Amino acid sequence: MNEPFLQVRDLKVHFPVRTGGLFVGQYTPLKAVDGVSFDLNPGETLGVVGESGCGKSTLGRAVLQLIGATDGVVSWLGTDLTSLNKKELIAARENLQIVFQDPLASLDPRMTAGDIIAEPLRNYRPTLTKAGRRKMVEDMMERVGLLPRMINRYPHEFSGGQCQRIGIARAMILRPKLVICDEPVSALDVSIQAQVVNLLMDLQRDFGLALLFISHDLAIVRHISHRVLVLYLGKVMELADKAALYATPRHPYTQALLSAVPIPDPTKERNKDRILLTGDLPSPINPPSGCVFRTRCPRATSVCAETVPELESAGEGQEVACHHWQD
Amino acid sequence: MTSVLEIDKLTVSFSTPDGAVEAVTDVSLSVEAGECLGLVGESGSGKSQTFMAAMGLLADNATANGHIRLDSMDLLSASEKKLNTVRGERIAMIFQDPMTSLTPHMKIGRQLAEVLIEHQGVDKETGRRRSREMLDRVHIPEAERRLDMYPHELSGGLRQRVMIAMALMCEPEVIIADEPTTALDVTVQAQILDLLTEVKDDLGAAIVLITHDLGVVAGLADRVAVMYAGRIVEQGTVADIFAAPTHPYTQGLLACTPRLDVETEALVTIAGQPPNLQNLPSGCSFHPRCPHVFDRCKAERPSLENLSNGQAKACFRAAQEAAE
Repeated sequence: MNEPFLQVRDLKVHFPVRTGGLFVGQYTPLKAVDGVSFDLNPGETLGVVGESGCGKSTLGRAVLQLIGATDGVVSWLGTDLTSLNKKELIAARENLQIVFQDPLASLDPRMTAGDIIAEPLRNYRPTLTKAGRRKMVEDMMERVGLLPRMINRYPHEFSGGQCQRIGIARAMILRPKLVICDEPVSALDVSIQAQVVNLLMDLQRDFGLALLFISHDLAIVRHISHRVLVLYLGKVMELADKAALYATPRHPYTQALLSAVPIPDPTKERNKDRILLTGDLPSPINPPSGCVFRTRCPRATSVCAETVPELESAGEGQEVACHHWQD
Repeated sequence: MTSVLEIDKLTVSFSTPDGAVEAVTDVSLSVEAGECLGLVGESGSGKSQTFMAAMGLLADNATANGHIRLDSMDLLSASEKKLNTVRGERIAMIFQDPMTSLTPHMKIGRQLAEVLIEHQGVDKETGRRRSREMLDRVHIPEAERRLDMYPHELSGGLRQRVMIAMALMCEPEVIIADEPTTALDVTVQAQILDLLTEVKDDLGAAIVLITHDLGVVAGLADRVAVMYAGRIVEQGTVADIFAAPTHPYTQGLLACTPRLDVETEALVTIAGQPPNLQNLPSGCSFHPRCPHVFDRCKAERPSLENLSNGQAKACFRAAQEAAE
């Protein structure tokens, strides 16, 4: 068994939010990520799913230390990233890359596609010659399905799908070991989504990448991931192998999420049993006591209001944080 | 059944600094009372603009040709004043983004009552009472208290319920829902889809559901029209289209949608990207991406032909195969 690339232990990201006081500020911590632990192995994709505001993007950013962690350990190849100084962190990031959601907004509009893709090379491979750099950029463009002759074009001249390919090329050019994909296909049309998902899976196979794939789309996550982490209000509800999670979801939240996804088949869609959750996500500034999901949970009892459920094993490769998963 | 809303050979073009762009070309559609028509397509396919034209909400640089009839009234040629007597009263729209489509500085109750005061001349009291009843009807908890709230005080899901309530105020004959659940999380989307199903069954209104999500269409629509590059490429009942899509684009769309109920090895993709409307390919607009393309597709544009089962498609492939 390989040593995991990434070990995240009890990671917490709390943002102070001003909640009152006109002159003397009162601050309450907004617990965006609250005690999340997981491992990520080489060549593996961990899908992170949850609704908006569940902390999935914050989690991705905290892993890269783009947002400082309040507490916990992010161990990359045995080094705790949270303990590094700025210089050491920059060196470590050579292997850690990210692809963002909005393909156009994450590219500098005043740089050409070639310059954007070459920027990591300029930072991390300063000894490369100009010609050598250009060769690498052209090869990478070809690899991600862009025509190398488009190297001098600006981001606005590309379509959304092509911009996302530029973002992916930029993330892959240093052959990183871990790439965090923060909703990389949400802004794209379905026909383009499939192209980008297939590209990411190909690149993973070729480069042996570990991917942290953050998405709200459970169907895409099923397709791309090996394991899946379900987040709700900053806490892990369930962490399981893909097969187990989709076949036998244990947490009531996972069950509700899965049952809510519309299936493009009229007969199935109209006859399936849907677990309808009532209400909306509670405010993360003032989360429910005990289990954070209890206010919307169909199985909640008094114990859920009192004790926070710990993540426990629910079979081979499946962990669940619920008092009632066996009911 | 007679159709409530009928679109006949609609063309919408925009004049831009780079020349005219045709966003909708030769689109004919109709919806019957109590029926839900799903209009599917990717961004830029013209699905929203088709019904923006019906609502008289096109941008200033747009020109629309053709006919859009609500019973005997032609909405395209109607004056703004006449349109105002119909919009909200007989034809209403639910927009995608519930935050930006509600007035931020007006309380929910006043925004709802305004529809009734404007169209039916009711007094404020009645307006408020009926607004509260409507909020109850769309299952908004504590309706009385919500009347005095501003849109920003509500969650996305509740705001979308308010939008739906507003559309229902005058019990319109036609409701146009433009991506009504796209901005919402799946669990909230499921709630809103249930509500729309309820509205369809109770009210007997015609619903036009504009969406890119085939799953949403599968759950709600009776008939489906698929748009590509401004034209309808296939039309039929929801059962037929999902079970036996005949147009290569529809087939591709269905195949490349990742599904929760099926484990797939590699996602099928549609090669290339949607065309630039300013520079459409010759012949069939889909031909550069079509796996079944042959010479005729590049030279000639297929027209929308009716098939025996009520399905219609714009593709030469079947004719070609029959000839061979």
